[in-house]
Amino acid sequence: MDLSFSPEEVAFRDEVRSFIRDHLAPETRAKLIEGREIGKQDIVDWQKALHARGWAVPHWPVEYGGQNWSPVQEYIFLDELQMAPAPSALPFNVSMVGPVIATFGSAEQKAKFLPGTANLDIWWCQGFSEPGAGSDLAGLKTTARREGDEYIINGQKTWTTLAQYADWIFVLARTNPAAAKKQEGISFILVDMKTPGVSVRPIQLIDGGHEVNEVWFDEVRVPAENLVGQENKGWDYAKFLLGNERMGIARIGTSKQRLKRIRELAKLERFGDTQLLDQPWFREKLTAVEIELKALEITQLRVVAEARKRGKHGTPDPNSSILKIKGSEIQQATTELMMDVVGPYVMPFGASLDDEDQTNEPPIGPDYAAAAAPTYFNWRKISIYGGSNEIQHSIIAKAILGF
Amino acid sequence: MDFDLTDDQRLLQDSIVKLMANRYGNFDLRQAYRKHPEGFDRAVWDEYAQSGLLALPFAEEYGGFGGGGVDTMLVMDQFGKSLAVEPYLASVVLAGAVLRHGAQPAMAAEFIPMIAGGEALFALACTERASRYDLHDVSTTARRDGADYLLEGEKSVVLAGDSADYIIVSARTAGGRRELAGISLFLIDAKAEGVSRRGYATQDGLRAAEISLASVRVPADRLIGTADAGLATLERAVDEGIAAICAEAVGAMEALNALTVDYMKTRKQFGVPISSFQALQFRSVDMLIAAEQAKSMAIFAALMAGEENPAERSRAMSSAKVQVARSARFVGQNATQLHGGIGMTMEYKGGHYFKRLTMLEGLFGDADHHLRRLAQAGSLLDAA
Ligand SMILES: Cc1cc2nc3c(=O)[nH]c(=O)nc-3n(C[C@H](O)[C@H](O)[C@H](O)COP(=O)(O)OP(=O)(O)OC[C@H]3O[C@@H](n4cnc5c(N)ncnc54)[C@H](O)[C@@H]3O)c2cc1C
Repeated sequence: MDLSFSPEEVAFRDEVRSFIRDHLAPETRAKLIEGREIGKQDIVDWQKALHARGWAVPHWPVEYGGQNWSPVQEYIFLDELQMAPAPSALPFNVSMVGPVIATFGSAEQKAKFLPGTANLDIWWCQGFSEPGAGSDLAGLKTTARREGDEYIINGQKTWTTLAQYADWIFVLARTNPAAAKKQEGISFILVDMKTPGVSVRPIQLIDGGHEVNEVWFDEVRVPAENLVGQENKGWDYAKFLLGNERMGIARIGTSKQRLKRIRELAKLERFGDTQLLDQPWFREKLTAVEIELKALEITQLRVVAEARKRGKHGTPDPNSSILKIKGSEIQQATTELMMDVVGPYVMPFGASLDDEDQTNEPPIGPDYAAAAAPTYFNWRKISIYGGSNEIQHSIIAKAILGF
Repeated sequence: MDFDLTDDQRLLQDSIVKLMANRYGNFDLRQAYRKHPEGFDRAVWDEYAQSGLLALPFAEEYGGFGGGGVDTMLVMDQFGKSLAVEPYLASVVLAGAVLRHGAQPAMAAEFIPMIAGGEALFALACTERASRYDLHDVSTTARRDGADYLLEGEKSVVLAGDSADYIIVSARTAGGRRELAGISLFLIDAKAEGVSRRGYATQDGLRAAEISLASVRVPADRLIGTADAGLATLERAVDEGIAAICAEAVGAMEALNALTVDYMKTRKQFGVPISSFQALQFRSVDMLIAAEQAKSMAIFAALMAGEENPAERSRAMSSAKVQVARSARFVGQNATQLHGGIGMTMEYKGGHYFKRLTMLEGLFGDADHHLRRLAQAGSLLDAA
């Protein structure tokens, strides 16, 4: 056994590192470090830079821009991005709809969508969840009824992340309400957000930010050629899609970067006559999270090594549920530590976060304080979306323990 | 041993329950109150005044009702359940306690009736940029200048500090930054020359202010109690504040638990209410246990709020604060989790409980702070 990377892998890591150093806009990086909101342009610019280097969609089939990397390389790449920290390429494009189109789409769809999806000329959003269909996604009610060479879509999606930026949405809709099993009558359809009848309504989250939306469909007419794969087979594609996002799910690099920053800020933070980092109780709390993270990193490497053995297109590894659960807990723990760092300055509500309180005044207290509580509140989402932690427990219970 | 309320306490509880149902029965009302320039609606405050709530803890000679820790607990519990936004904690509980315990008779007679009658708002400025949760960490200075004092310094995160008419400020009249002796308390006019305030919303939708004092001239008769010996009064007031917010947090936890349980019984996934999943039932049970443990400690804090022995009192408050902070975090996080996405939205009341609970966790010292303080003070089980 050996935990270290091969010389080639180390060389690859250095290459990724220097690419990020040379190409990531300092302002984008600063926003990520400080927990400020990154805008559409930050993400677009970065993904285009990645794509120019051939790295926006490394895990796609080579013919559509993939790199045929080993799972270890994929892991190193994501870890470096997260540690930098750099934005990830837009997951709706690169991890979700892109691979689905590349695998199940028609030749026309591939030609029409894949280049723009990889280069983020098309911004996609994910229209899966509905008010009545969250964990039970197959309970979705949005319908697509076939009329001539069109589908007519009616219904409501919700929690649609960054729909306000999106050009297109990929939608799961019911095409056969009479199907015996609710999973069987669902289709995967691509919808231009500019189509008449599509409307987007913002949802404000508890931290005051606007990242999710409701997307309403009222008699939305979509050309039948926008169906991906076969009618009523959408559930299979959705499962394929959801199984695709396993590598970066634990966001270990993100937590590493945050813990490093917390350590630095704890040096700046005065605590009595010392610095906060001199306090044994604080060091112990911080160290305890570092240990959890180290363990998870090695667990992640074990999953990666397993994936290398199984080949890339094996069935989803139920161990990725372990990564999701622990990864979310650790990310959330870093937000708690950050609140410990700022102490009483956790309270002021940063001006830019709420329409009503918008001002251009300087921050109250240390500049790193403003994001502490909002990030803590916002990151509760990590254990809710992408299959809640309870659902992940169920997966492990069934798939690993055989209950 | 007796955990029952007296008849008077029951009347008090009934009246505040009624008042809050009327003023806060609909969550939109609360969000509308926040939009007032001061962050709350004066009409609600006036109703508190008329119903005697603002006079509750004060002696009868000042127009008060002579209420104790349990009375305050009953009020704060309902405020917690309602997510009340008025500056009761700042004005009545904190500033009120400083004046009750520290003010000389003439000062008490002049100012306490103003609080009790709701004629003026008071705030307590005892946190600074570098103080974190240590009340004795005071850099603001008060220098004698003829018959007056000149105050110089910055106060941070002063609860309701932007709407206050009077601000009680801890300042150093002697000693180094972290010395226990040498701290004095002053009652200053918020509009006095040299006082500048920057008000802002807090994460939980309430208000606070950064206050800077630039050569603020304060007459010597606005020194509260004796010079250099203000810390004991300050600590006592904050101890009462801790007891009060423990009760508020318990109110919020109970309401949030109830909201969560209701939601779970109506939210269906996989064709059944999510309350039918045992994993979620057990989590809810743990949330209930957390709230009950917190409630026990809030009662303990309320009963110890009037304790004269500062060491005993402070041990009680620290222990209560640790338990309540931990329970608050557990309940807040899990309530959000059990709601799924809906719990994350600004529109839904649940997230506002979570935010208020999170701020209460830190207020007057987070769990780590009080755990350390208590661990240094010796075993809680040795307490009398
Ligand atoms: C910030 C954010 C962004 C999102 N972005 C998107 C997006 O872009 N596109 C999209 O389609 N969706 C998105 N989602 C939706 C997300 O996938 C859902 O929130 C998630 O699937 C949970 O569904 P729900 O919110 O309806 O909660 P529910 O499914 O109602 O769950 C409520 C609670 O019940 C638990 N529960 C449910 N079923 C079970 C069970 N069988 N056993 C045990 N416990 C159970 C859950 O774990 C949870 O604690 C986003 C959500 C959030 C919060």
